[in-house]
Amino acid sequence: MTDFLGYQDRDSVIHRLNATSKLLVFLLLTVAGILSFDIRFLLLLTVFAGFVLYLSKISWRSIRILVYLTVVFALLNLVLIYVFAPQYGVELYHDKTILLGSGYYALTSQQLFYELLVLLKYCFSVPLSLAFLLTTQPSQLAAGLNRVGISYKIAYAFSLTLRYLPTIQNEFQTTKKVQEARGFALGKKASLGKKMMASTRLLLSLAFSTLEKVETISEAMALRRFGKKRKRTWYYSQKWRLPDWLALTMGILLLLLAVWLVSIDGGRFWNPFR
Amino acid sequence: MKKKGLSTKDVVAIGIGAAVFLILFKFIAIPTGIPNTQINVAQSWLSLLSVIFSPIVGFFVAIIGHSLNDAISYGSVWWSWVIADGIYALIFAVLVKRANLLQGKLTAFKLIWFNISQAIANVIAWLVVAPILDILIYAEPANKVFLQGGLSVVVNIISTAIIGTTLVSLYIKNKGQQELLRKED
Repeated sequence: MTDFLGYQDRDSVIHRLNATSKLLVFLLLTVAGILSFDIRFLLLLTVFAGFVLYLSKISWRSIRILVYLTVVFALLNLVLIYVFAPQYGVELYHDKTILLGSGYYALTSQQLFYELLVLLKYCFSVPLSLAFLLTTQPSQLAAGLNRVGISYKIAYAFSLTLRYLPTIQNEFQTTKKVQEARGFALGKKASLGKKMMASTRLLLSLAFSTLEKVETISEAMALRRFGKKRKRTWYYSQKWRLPDWLALTMGILLLLLAVWLVSIDGGRFWNPFR
Repeated sequence: MKKKGLSTKDVVAIGIGAAVFLILFKFIAIPTGIPNTQINVAQSWLSLLSVIFSPIVGFFVAIIGHSLNDAISYGSVWWSWVIADGIYALIFAVLVKRANLLQGKLTAFKLIWFNISQAIANVIAWLVVAPILDILIYAEPANKVFLQGGLSVVVNIISTAIIGTTLVSLYIKNKGQQELLRKED
């Protein structure tokens, strides 16, 4: 599983929080960060998310590649926005201060300000998601999903997904090699038609073996009377302690702050050009 | 026979279906030459699941598979496209169920219906739901998101028409043969 990020077993303040409270705080802050386009709030949230990531004791090496990829992706998105809507900031802030050039692609400070906001959204969401994902054990997360009101069947399906990811990945790699040995390569050199053909074959064999697995596993679960009752207990459910309540309170306060800022700014955007 | 809620088989189909969806999403992306647009094999897998299971199964496979893939390969989840993928599965499954693909022989009409359904669902998901959510959630400029959506629609319709149709027709033929074998013994 070298290609994926996964749970890292460490001992930190963030690791010791229970999965339910972490999930709730993650959701509250995600909503707050999506809602607000107020630069003061987004800066605060970015600093907060960075601090949480620092507390979680995750090594830089394990997330380095992902962070570089995200930076490239974010910059690409900023360029795309500029290419398609170079005057979008002017529209948003009802003001135009030209810094460079003229005409449709003139660079305005409003546009720069808007693109900075878009960048800040990545800056808070990536550390926040990393701090959440890498410190939460998958089985605890499934139990946590059920605790926040998601039906236990869906929570169980989610934990099945996490459980079967490595298995399916292995099977995928094996099938791919088998197909390659038969002359259906998915390599870079193959033509588009060949790639379509090869991936269709790959998908076919993966699909049939998966559907068989679904049969076997669901029969095994039915034998153990899965889904007969309205509730279930979780081996990995955790108790709420003081830090959990503190974290939840902080999440709620930050969301309330975002809502309050929307009401005093008269909208999701705070306009410094007015 | 009909029970309220998800059956055990549905739960397993969601769980393992989402794992397969994620792996396909991550490891098979055939570049088309246009930046940021890839032929997506995962969408065809989603279409097969929607033919076999109830619409809600496809919906959750897309939501879990897509959001988990975003989270573990990019570190953040692009919610508007996750929801659009779920909506695709939902609309497609509701439409395709009307043709009863799994009952009786595979006819040309059924395959045409399959493709009409996927085209309608793709247009609604990527040209309506995804861009509108992009504007509402992320306040992105309209012409950019509609262009991205438009490209996705074209690529998805073509790839599902080729890969999805092959997958579904082979599945139905294979299933028919199994039933014939069973009758004989």
